[in-house]
Amino acid sequence: MTAHMTIRIQEADFDIAREISALTKGRTDVGAVVSFSGVCRGSEDDQSVSALTLEHYPGMAEAEIARHAQTAMSRWPLTGVTVIHRVGRISPGENIVLVLTASRHRQAAFQAAEFLMDYLKANAPFWKREETAAGTAWVDARSHDDAAAARWTKS
Amino acid sequence: MKVKYFAWVRERVGKSEETIDPPANVRTVGDLIAWLARQGETYAHAFEKPLIIRAAIDHAHVQPDAAIAGAREIAFFPPMTGG
Repeated sequence: MTAHMTIRIQEADFDIAREISALTKGRTDVGAVVSFSGVCRGSEDDQSVSALTLEHYPGMAEAEIARHAQTAMSRWPLTGVTVIHRVGRISPGENIVLVLTASRHRQAAFQAAEFLMDYLKANAPFWKREETAAGTAWVDARSHDDAAAARWTKS
Repeated sequence: MKVKYFAWVRERVGKSEETIDPPANVRTVGDLIAWLARQGETYAHAFEKPLIIRAAIDHAHVQPDAAIAGAREIAFFPPMTGG
């Protein structure tokens, strides 16, 4: 069976259980599904965050995610990949991003999910703006996110 | 060519996209950033630290030495903070 790829950018929340079902439905070759969700934190460096607003580059965001999903599928024996990234205003406790990877065995699914998240954080054109008591400010990129993405290119 | 700006680059420039016609000696993405920085105060502010600015040509990431000839859409934005 061919590998299943779903990529969506949307304002609405997602239902993780429903997305997992869609990835395994009608096939018997899946032995492992790994699910990662990124959730909006209510504080950053001891400062309370009341909301995040996510901006993206329409067209390029989808293309970048698809490119990384294809790389993951060529690198690991996956039966499916789902990436859903929300945009717009998101409150603490709400979902931001979902990465699902499915495979016959768990190791490929675990590694591919981590690879995808590391690459998305460093390369997918999304930007977060934080609302705090001090006002709103764009979130600075973290150098450890670039380092996390770079480690997959070694060896 | 069409140029797009995102996040704080967009806010500083004061617009999300525009069509520009740079002179022929502007050949690379780095040249274009330097040229844009000279197009007024808002641009000077947006491009004051050119090494921080990321760029994409036709939806693909590029380095400052990338040629702009033939580009349909060039985008400038800060380092990405999604996920």
